[in-house]
Amino acid sequence: MTQSVPEAVASKAGAARRAPPRAGLMRVVRRHPAIARLAVIAALLLLWEIAARDWVDPMFLSPPSRVIGSLGAVFRTPGVPAALQITFFELAVAFVISVAIGLALGLLLGLSRFSRASFMPIVLLLYGTPQITILPLFILYFGIGAASKIAFGVSHGIFPIIVIIAAGVQNLKPILLTSARSMGASRWQLFRWVIFPHMIPSFFAGMRLGMTGVLLGVLLAELYVSTAGIGYFTTLFTQNFDPTRLLGLISLLAVMAIVLNEIVRRAEVHFGRWRAE
Amino acid sequence: MTPRASRRDRILSRIVQLAFVGGVLALWYLATARWGVSHLLLPNPVRVWDQLKDVLASGEFVPDLRITLTELAVAFAISSISGVTLGYLLSRSQFLIRVFEPLLAGIYSIPIILFLPLYVLFFGLGPASKIALGATISFFPVVLATVAGFGYVERIYVVAARSMGASGFQLFRWVLLPAALPVILTGLRMGFIVALLSILGSETIASLAGLGHRIVHLAEAMETARMFAYIAFAVAIAALLNFVVTLIEARGRR
Repeated sequence: MTQSVPEAVASKAGAARRAPPRAGLMRVVRRHPAIARLAVIAALLLLWEIAARDWVDPMFLSPPSRVIGSLGAVFRTPGVPAALQITFFELAVAFVISVAIGLALGLLLGLSRFSRASFMPIVLLLYGTPQITILPLFILYFGIGAASKIAFGVSHGIFPIIVIIAAGVQNLKPILLTSARSMGASRWQLFRWVIFPHMIPSFFAGMRLGMTGVLLGVLLAELYVSTAGIGYFTTLFTQNFDPTRLLGLISLLAVMAIVLNEIVRRAEVHFGRWRAE
Repeated sequence: MTPRASRRDRILSRIVQLAFVGGVLALWYLATARWGVSHLLLPNPVRVWDQLKDVLASGEFVPDLRITLTELAVAFAISSISGVTLGYLLSRSQFLIRVFEPLLAGIYSIPIILFLPLYVLFFGLGPASKIALGATISFFPVVLATVAGFGYVERIYVVAARSMGASGFQLFRWVLLPAALPVILTGLRMGFIVALLSILGSETIASLAGLGHRIVHLAEAMETARMFAYIAFAVAIAALLNFVVTLIEARGRR
């Protein structure tokens, strides 16, 4: 980077347009940052491959080629497919519970000014506490099985949903409510045709943050103690100094997390569209 | 709403809040003292209070607190310095922003806590793995905020400053920095909080010392009253740190 600060800033949006003519390849890359992004990812993978082959003890790091090759073996390890299923089940149940309760409480808090003034500070206080410190309590109350993971996932997922839904309902313009009422809308009609459509964007935004929270909560609880879920196998592979299968399992989970996040994000974009004026 | 009615509502809200907290405490007390809930599951609040006083008076918490705070300080120093530096360098070119921002945001959306077993494998059970994990997790909000802060300064300001003959340094000092600082400070605050959370988390999951480790240790020894006391202590420390960084952020914004 040889550009001075002002030049770099001034050439902001027009970087591609005003770039001096170069060889064809460079120009294509400049037009399509995605190509450069893929190249960066490939370079990182290559670096990892070389590091794992030549520099780092194979007890600790495994090259990506071998990790990908071992994905089949990870799946064939007795118990791993069941563990992935259990973890997915925990995530799904925790998410559904968070959304159901979060939606109900969010509406209660959002639609009444008084309950919002009374209980919102309490919700925000709970949302702000580091729940990780009470993880041992969840194990104490719900056991070391799936129930404690689900409960911990809900405790992470529910608060962002409540806060966002309450905020979304609250931002409803009073004029919309007044005009609907003056046209003789019943309570149900008011909810169905005014409040509900306005809630949709915040509902999906809440779902997205809730999903992030649920993933964090369930995975934390899994890693803390687990008898059959993926936490059991990550501990097992770590203790056996088996980085190949550990990395394989972690990549599978990362893919699961990315897919779940992406589904909710797509839903948010899709259903929030009508509002974009 | 008339001012009088809104004031009455505010007072009523406070009463409801106090009643809520009081009700929870009363239920907690009655459950343990009257309804025979096992003290292994739920210790009596009075005993928790005594334990908390004992923990504070005996100074038993000092080594654990020192370890946790040291890990936090080192992790945050690493992530804030590298995050701001890298973010600034990336923000100097619109092309680099478009290449790297989606990449960083994508990685940030994965729950990085997943990689904790790897960090333990690489860095052992001691403070090093907590520092590494905390630094990794808090790096992303810092770098993304720095890119957002420096990368999207209103172009009209830059053009105006240059047309008035600002030098490169003057432009940075008087235009770019004031425009970017609030965003960066927010990123730093978020980075600090997630560093604290991930350090407490990794101490809880696999460690030899620290506040998180102490809580787990007491849970396994079934010393529930003392565990509750430590949980209250850890929550108070987290709240205090949160308050301090929010204050710093608010001051820096002015």
